Amino acid sequence: MARRVMIKGNEAIAMGAIEAGCRYYFGYPITPQTDIPEYLAAVLPKMGGTFLQAESEVAAINMLMGAAATGARAMTSSSSPGISLKQEGISYLAGSQIPGVIVNMSRSGPGLGGIHPSQGDYFQSTRGGGHGDYRTLVLAPSTAQENYDLTMLAFDLADKYRNPVMVLGDALIGQIKEPVELKAYRKKPKAKPWALTGAEGRHGQILKSLFLADGELTDHNWLLDKKYKSMEKEVRYETYRAEDAKMMLVAFGSVGRILRTSVDILRDKGKAVGLMRPITLFPFPTKAVRQTAEAAQVLLAMEMSTGQMVEDVRLAADCACPVDFYGRPPGSIPTPDELAKEAMKVWRKRGLK
Amino acid sequence: MQQVFDRPKSLKDVPYHYCPGCHHGVIHRLVAEQIDAFGLQNKTLAAASVGCSVLMYDYFDVDVLESPHGRAPAVATGLKRAMPDSFVFTYQGDGDLAAIGTAEIVHAANRGENITVVFVNNAVFGMTGGQMAPTTLEGQVTTTSPYGRSAATDGLPIRVCELLSTLEGTSYIARVAVDNMKNLKKAKAALKRAFTYQTKGWGFSLVEFLSSCPTNWKMTAEEANARVGKEMAAYFPLGVYKDVRAN
Repeated sequence: MARRVMIKGNEAIAMGAIEAGCRYYFGYPITPQTDIPEYLAAVLPKMGGTFLQAESEVAAINMLMGAAATGARAMTSSSSPGISLKQEGISYLAGSQIPGVIVNMSRSGPGLGGIHPSQGDYFQSTRGGGHGDYRTLVLAPSTAQENYDLTMLAFDLADKYRNPVMVLGDALIGQIKEPVELKAYRKKPKAKPWALTGAEGRHGQILKSLFLADGELTDHNWLLDKKYKSMEKEVRYETYRAEDAKMMLVAFGSVGRILRTSVDILRDKGKAVGLMRPITLFPFPTKAVRQTAEAAQVLLAMEMSTGQMVEDVRLAADCACPVDFYGRPPGSIPTPDELAKEAMKVWRKRGLK
Repeated sequence: MQQVFDRPKSLKDVPYHYCPGCHHGVIHRLVAEQIDAFGLQNKTLAAASVGCSVLMYDYFDVDVLESPHGRAPAVATGLKRAMPDSFVFTYQGDGDLAAIGTAEIVHAANRGENITVVFVNNAVFGMTGGQMAPTTLEGQVTTTSPYGRSAATDGLPIRVCELLSTLEGTSYIARVAVDNMKNLKKAKAALKRAFTYQTKGWGFSLVEFLSSCPTNWKMTAEEANARVGKEMAAYFPLGVYKDVRAN
């Protein structure tokens, strides 16, 4: 039977990584994700693994690249300003098709911002973030349990697609303490013939992102594009009280979590409101949002930012119904009542009954 | 007929892209000779850098991972930590190692990572067309120091061997040149020593090569070669800076 423990969201990430076979961690302290390196610093060396506190976020992502290039499961974690520094390396991982898991327990920005939860890293996470034409698979947990489960999934997806995968939480998701069921990881890792392990019995092989010959880079980018499109089958989302909903709220991560209570408040008032929570932010659940837009009379995207995911919601809805937006930039966490009140404003504005 | 000279096994039989008179070719050969001599071709993992030598993987027949500009020592750290029994080396120019990658080299060295760094110092950014590097000599004209490098505005050149030798984590540090046969033999010996350090698990080793760049120095190959021995070696003295296991 799976063991049930009371742990912090950040610890759930670290435990999920270890369960998935990650033995190499490279990172740098930054609030509010430091519980992850602290946990791994204590545990990994005892398991014969490596915990290394890098001199910078830049070095950490490159250490990850080196370890992952040998076929090992490797992870780094950080929070917003640190993730900005890692973007160079993430672009190289994508370009060289090296898998790796990057955790962003995001905080508020821009700049040094603050340590409050924020969803202002949505663009940076889903649009590539670094230079060039690439995508990172992005998983957005909303509970400590999902931190555990999605971190394990992140390693599988990284290997499957030979691509960096980001787990995008925030200060709330990382710092919350709640029960987590520790499920055993049962998958058997597949062989990685592309990995650099020394040219034993073969010629040397290269992992690179530089393509200078005429047309070579075009081919490489088309190949990557095909891969990103094939990720469509990894789309994950969750709906809550969506049946018969006239207004569907769309939110991810911590806001998606808070909104469950808001939906209950509104349902108690007899308002047919439901919730859709994308779990994969890239690939975005475009088809599901489109279907939701066809069934509902209005979509309301709610975010802890001035509006980022709403752009994907609008693109997906494709004018099938109006898409409204309520944003709360970081600085304080919105309560279920506040969000329910904002949703009611839209309900009335749109003349819903 | 007895064959007395051959191409190292770990060096592919392809033409170099390097400019005529550039020392990269000679240095490549010296490194490959040691890979062969130590029997490491099948367990070598190299971290390529950014700059002229980024294409080293077209020449060395070993596993190579391309690194972002300056980050090769961090990449090598990851390679070595995940594959401790492999032989890991970085091959970096001065723009890569002494400018954008200063933090990575200092900290990999200070951690005493059991890796070997081949540092090629030609006192200029080669690939981008001859701009000022941290190792550009005072008064040297480059495209971004058109009036000559000025100590007042640009600072003086960084001496990497001297700097890294002060770190407790470093084990073997030497500066060599390949401008003449005598120096070439010393360079070979230094590389051999650096390889010995890593294969014995003795810690961080670095060999700096003073190297020529006739194209960007706007000199003939002979003039550039002579400049290495005269001007460069005067500011960057050749020799072994650290050898913690010396008898």
